[in-house]
Amino acid sequence: MEITVKFFATLREGRGKITTYVTEDSVTTKDILDYYEINVEDVSILYVNGLDAALDKKLEHGDIVSIFPPVGGG
Amino acid sequence: MDNRYSKNKKMISQQEQEMLKNSRVCVVGCGGLGGYVLELLARLGVGQLTAVDGDRFDQTNLNRQLLSLESNLGEYKAVAAKKRIEDVNSEIDVDIIIEFLNEENAEEILLGHDLIIDALDSINTRRIVQEKAKALSIPFIHGAIAGWYGQVCTIMPGDDSLDYLYKSDVNHGEEKKLGNPSYTPALVASIEVSEATKVLLDKGELIRNEVLYVDLLEGEFHKLPLKK
Repeated sequence: MEITVKFFATLREGRGKITTYVTEDSVTTKDILDYYEINVEDVSILYVNGLDAALDKKLEHGDIVSIFPPVGGG
Repeated sequence: MDNRYSKNKKMISQQEQEMLKNSRVCVVGCGGLGGYVLELLARLGVGQLTAVDGDRFDQTNLNRQLLSLESNLGEYKAVAAKKRIEDVNSEIDVDIIIEFLNEENAEEILLGHDLIIDALDSINTRRIVQEKAKALSIPFIHGAIAGWYGQVCTIMPGDDSLDYLYKSDVNHGEEKKLGNPSYTPALVASIEVSEATKVLLDKGELIRNEVLYVDLLEGEFHKLPLKK
């Protein structure tokens, strides 16, 4: 199956804006983070198909995962 | 000064201007975001402002904090805020609290306000404000910055929008690596104050249950839903 992965802000560095993850195995959003070497604490908004998703959400063919880093300054 | 608000009148009626005059807003933080937020609220004519910050200015503030000057290094930020607001608009009542907001003093600081504006640099303190604002039934405008990036949303009591924005227990975001330039706080503060205006005057569409995520490096503005 194919999963589209979109990176935002600083997470684009070394990864680009968008990529396709291809696998025959069952995967979760956490597996995607691990594959692209993104620590959980470096993630704020995590979407699957535009909706808030848990780290253990199982992904399906055609899903779009969007990952944003936290912004906390003032 | 009869003509002070004459340029507001096409978008803010005289009755609405009176509503702003009778409003009480608490700005938590008087640094990068807070300096601009307070300036904009004072010029807008929000009648009662509370500025909260226990910090003093140092040289590292000069690149972005409106209230920070070479002449006031070492001064409490809240004191500088009061001076500036009184210079801009002497019709405004300004209270200052020279303390950092925390679990113990939050309720006392926030009680009695119509609206709270986030100008903090700590995610943990933002969580305290969201919780207390909910308990006190006070709307809360969230804003945060990190380098080229910023985010804004309006949190009505019970929305708990920060729970979606900050998933892990981190207290800081990308700003710890990137720092903050002069223009990101000005932009995010402006959007926060436009949200504040809409809440106080009950008009327009709020950025609520969603967040406006701004990427100035790529020129992107994303409105993202904050619901499951």
